[in-house]
Amino acid sequence: MEGLKKVNVQVCLGTTCFVMGSSNLQELIDTVPKRYGDDVEVSGVPCLGLCSIDWKFSKAPYVKVNDEVIKEATIDKVLKMIERKLAE
Amino acid sequence: MHISNDALRLKREILARLITAFYTDDFEENARLIPFDMRPKGCEVTYRCCVYKERAAIRNRVMAGLGVALENDNERTPIEAYVRVAQKRDKPDKEVLTVLESACQGCLPNAVYVTELCQGCVARPCLNTCKFSAIKFVNGKSFIDPEKCKQCGMCIKACPYQAIVKRIVPCENACPVDAITKAPSGHAKIDFDKCITCGKCVAACPFGAVHEKSQIIDVLTKMKLGFKVIAMLAPAAAGQFPCSLKQLNTALRKIGFFDVWEVALGADVTSKNEAKDYLERMERGDKFMTTSCCSAYNQLVKLHMPEMSSHVSETKTPLYYTAEMVKRQYPDAVTVFFSPCVSKRKEASDNDNVDYVLTFEEMGALFIAFNIQVGKCAETEFALESSKQGRKFPVLGGVADAVKAVLGDKAKDLKPVLIEGLNKQSIRELRRYAKDGVCPSGNLIEVMSCNGGCISGNAVINSVKTSFKEVGSYADAGRDILEIE
Ligand code: SF4
Ligand code: SF4
Ligand code: FES
Repeated sequence: MEGLKKVNVQVCLGTTCFVMGSSNLQELIDTVPKRYGDDVEVSGVPCLGLCSIDWKFSKAPYVKVNDEVIKEATIDKVLKMIERKLAE
Repeated sequence: MHISNDALRLKREILARLITAFYTDDFEENARLIPFDMRPKGCEVTYRCCVYKERAAIRNRVMAGLGVALENDNERTPIEAYVRVAQKRDKPDKEVLTVLESACQGCLPNAVYVTELCQGCVARPCLNTCKFSAIKFVNGKSFIDPEKCKQCGMCIKACPYQAIVKRIVPCENACPVDAITKAPSGHAKIDFDKCITCGKCVAACPFGAVHEKSQIIDVLTKMKLGFKVIAMLAPAAAGQFPCSLKQLNTALRKIGFFDVWEVALGADVTSKNEAKDYLERMERGDKFMTTSCCSAYNQLVKLHMPEMSSHVSETKTPLYYTAEMVKRQYPDAVTVFFSPCVSKRKEASDNDNVDYVLTFEEMGALFIAFNIQVGKCAETEFALESSKQGRKFPVLGGVADAVKAVLGDKAKDLKPVLIEGLNKQSIRELRRYAKDGVCPSGNLIEVMSCNGGCISGNAVINSVKTSFKEVGSYADAGRDILEIE
């Protein structure tokens, strides 16, 4: 059906991201679905493979929202991106 | 600290880079280059006035990573010289913390002051509540004379516009024993005769200017020299990484640790001895006993509360017993304790069986540098079995529960009191118990410097909520302390 939007959020829980701060993004896995219901899906995933490419720039932790990558992710950045995707 | 912020990320990144540099052909040169690699020419300047200042702060953090005291740096010594020191020294520095002057903002001193929100109202409750006549009116607005102000905060509460605020120095404010103050230069300075190494200032400083001195290079050097290096995991480790403790065992072996032990084993010895100690004390008529496993608390008693010492259990810490067992099995091994906090470094400096202490943050940096995905590691069993109760030590109430479990039927008069975090108020309470020789709310006082226990130590990685769950489920999978030989 048209209009039914799905936003898929993947929080990287690989070791580098976890140590660099995604440990604190885990709460999104609980809180986001409560807030947005079925429109948004959040899961913790193993290493997205970005840390080894981008390590020199040390932008972990990474979160992927649909196909867009958030570097140095924070709760705030992720929530803003979700809002943007929902509005698209 | 579990709260993620850029100061913490910076620290972890520097550690990871330092470890990477250690394994290159030219450690000295690559360590020197870290500030330039992280802040290359033309990069965006994120925090400070210019790229040079940022590099200077990073250089100092690299030094802390090398385990050097920054207080003695003359700024002329090249990093390479410190790299050599780190690889040659036999014993790490006794003092645990160091202040990075280049990172310290030199915050304005504590003060109560009136903001522009002041409406110069008719009632002027601020004026009337101040007991020290520190408030006067200048140009129709309230003004506080800093000479007279005692910072009691009454006027803050009185103002209906919330126009009066207290400006605080975060590190000073966090220190429960007034060990960190501002030097004449305005920068923070730690009085090591007073410091209990609780690390609260490390967590409190928003500029990340209070740093612990790392022992990571010492440990890696020993490994490189071919020593058997044994890792001892604090029970809180069970909730730190996105993997099981058995996977962590494997991951550490990949780095080069020869064997990995759980400190929960030593916790079981602590529980048994502490139960015995408690019974003996109650039988001889004591009114209460406190636990003795938090090293910051032990330092507090030693440095600031000697009147409490007769009430502190004589039992040694879980780390003590574990290290003893490890050295018995491997007399010439090098032992490394993985800790939730920096305070344990202090404890280790008084114990010959514990050669080094690394924090969970440093463990994380090792995994980053070695590119180890802990969640993909296979599981390695531990040789000895730890109990349900021993595994629960890092959670507030865990120690008291363990003592209770050991006492069984004899626990009927036991009434635990949990001191959740050392701060000015809880220290005042403890002083009162020591002075009166009695604690009105119970007879076994469990004292943890960190709110919630070691799972919220100042060098943890995981959020307290998640690690609470993980530590709990690992404990639930264990057998009762009385069922294990
Ligand atoms: S570690 Fe604790 S005791 Fe030492 S200066 Fe910092 S806050 Fe004070
Ligand atoms: S409560 Fe635990 S983590 Fe905190 S200072 Fe004491 S021993 Fe360290
Ligand atoms: S650990 Fe997150 S991208 Fe590799």
